[in-house]
Amino acid sequence: MTIEDRWLLPDGIEEVLPPTAEALEQVRRQLLELYGCWGYELVVPPFIEFLDSLLIGSGHDDLDLQTFKLTDQLSGRLMGIRADMTPQVARIDAHQLRRDGPVRLCYAGTVLRTRNDGFAGSRSPMQVGVELYGHRGFESDLEVLSLMLETLGQVGLGRIHLDLGHVAIFRYLAAFAGLNREREMTLFEALQRKAVPEISQFLAEWGLDAAHRTMLGELVHLNGRAEEVLSHADAILAPVGEQVQNALAWLRHLVAGLSGRYPQVELHVDLAELRGYHYHTGVVYAAYVPTHGQAVAQGGRYDDIGQTFGRARPATGFSADLKVLQALAGIGLQAPAASGIFAPRSDDPALTALIRALRERQERVICELPGQTATPAQLGCNRHLVRDGESWRVDTYPSGQTTDEA
Amino acid sequence: MREPASDTGLTIAVSKGRILEQTLPLLADAGIELVADPQSSRKLVLDTSVSDVKLVLIRAADVPTYVEYGAADLGVAGKDVLLEHGGDGLYEPLDLEIARCRLMVAGCPDQPEPRGRLRVASKFVNIAHRHFAAQGRQAEIIKLYGSMELAPLVGLCHYIVDLVDTGNTLTANGLAPLDPIADISARLVVNKAAMKMKHRRVKMLLSALSDAVERRRSAE
Repeated sequence: MTIEDRWLLPDGIEEVLPPTAEALEQVRRQLLELYGCWGYELVVPPFIEFLDSLLIGSGHDDLDLQTFKLTDQLSGRLMGIRADMTPQVARIDAHQLRRDGPVRLCYAGTVLRTRNDGFAGSRSPMQVGVELYGHRGFESDLEVLSLMLETLGQVGLGRIHLDLGHVAIFRYLAAFAGLNREREMTLFEALQRKAVPEISQFLAEWGLDAAHRTMLGELVHLNGRAEEVLSHADAILAPVGEQVQNALAWLRHLVAGLSGRYPQVELHVDLAELRGYHYHTGVVYAAYVPTHGQAVAQGGRYDDIGQTFGRARPATGFSADLKVLQALAGIGLQAPAASGIFAPRSDDPALTALIRALRERQERVICELPGQTATPAQLGCNRHLVRDGESWRVDTYPSGQTTDEA
Repeated sequence: MREPASDTGLTIAVSKGRILEQTLPLLADAGIELVADPQSSRKLVLDTSVSDVKLVLIRAADVPTYVEYGAADLGVAGKDVLLEHGGDGLYEPLDLEIARCRLMVAGCPDQPEPRGRLRVASKFVNIAHRHFAAQGRQAEIIKLYGSMELAPLVGLCHYIVDLVDTGNTLTANGLAPLDPIADISARLVVNKAAMKMKHRRVKMLLSALSDAVERRRSAE
């Protein structure tokens, strides 16, 4: 690295500058306040911990790949920098809090990823989210889903499209058709891409009986408007048995609850959407907004992941990238109108007292430094302090002056 | 900032050349025709007979990137490009059955298996890696951009991995296809968010194109 490019940041690592940083912080506070009002308690998990605790769940290849690792000089064990905060929060619920009954937790923090998979490739998203532990029923999913929609509403995103899925339906279906693990994963991989030609080819090659082939082949087409898909799925998947019917009923409860509460949100169901299949156990969901080619918030149910930490607990939650939310909502992209008070250089105690009083009223007061050449306007000040006999008062600049100086 | 794909209309990314030529009749059969002749114009965004459907012309290898990130809602990409791109960031719901060829390992015929580490030249670096690894063979992959057939002749590599249509170029250079990797044809790919948010339109286009492919197949 030459002197000239010492300023260069690694790929996908970004810093946030004014005024965006200020706006980002405001959004973060707003959201945490919102979660507080819903009874979600804030937790601050560590930025780094032992790798074993970060990589929970059965198939964690993806998370493993995404996690930066280093060796702990004290214990000789591998440590990981968190690539996802959900496992950390699950650990806190299962091992640290050990409360019975529902536990509601929220968090916000930077995560680090080895690969920049998202658009324009950030490797350091600011993850914000909530997790609800200890309740096994659609009601807790409904609460978390509602809070996800409230989150998007809070930052000012409209025209939201919500996509619901249920990973257990494919799991039951694969078991019902007697697919071994390898075939299940082959089909899963093709379903992720809705690769209809490949799916038909696999199903034909595997010599399944006609009924199983039809059901597995139809799964990729079961997407669209919630009510239509669910009634269609009922008809096609009924023979699989009670488990699938329960899963469909679970989705139907969510659809009914959400369409009552959020009539403006477009609700779709996609039964071949298996995001986080190795990790999730029930419903999965993702929210989309127009003009953004990827999900803006996502979540799902991941029961019993806390088993690794000694306590199996029902769990559901969602997360989003604060930076993406802020950029899409266009918050803080324009500099706020200048609002500040310029204080001239003086040792007068009356001035010092007034400055303190103004700052206590949340006014922005900028003190002059000796020899400064920047004008008050350049410092974002639209008013100044002027001597008024013994005391000082706030005065506006004569009109036009601030812009002239800038 | 990027120019996002429009809110309601559809943008279809297609690569120039054979794929464009063979895609246009299918689109026409589905009711979408180009307003201007792409050969006579240098424009990269082409209007169609359907007012809010546009075609964008890009390099074949760029189609998955455009579609994955939503710069285009749909695209037409060879299976070779998709295999090389990898991942599951796109939907690929329809085989258009055009631009067919085969992805092969080729080399000098009648040569004994080289000793030691294999050297393989290809522009499909990921595919070549996966193919040889799946066979349990360690291979060093050399990235080349064209004239692949030359590489074994001048001793740059033992084998090449390349698309083979008629096989004439191979034969003319004294090479032969040795091991098939995959049958290739062009696929319709769809952005995941577009599939959800523009569901009705995308599904209608999908079924129209699927019918067009069906008609074409039965006409042959």
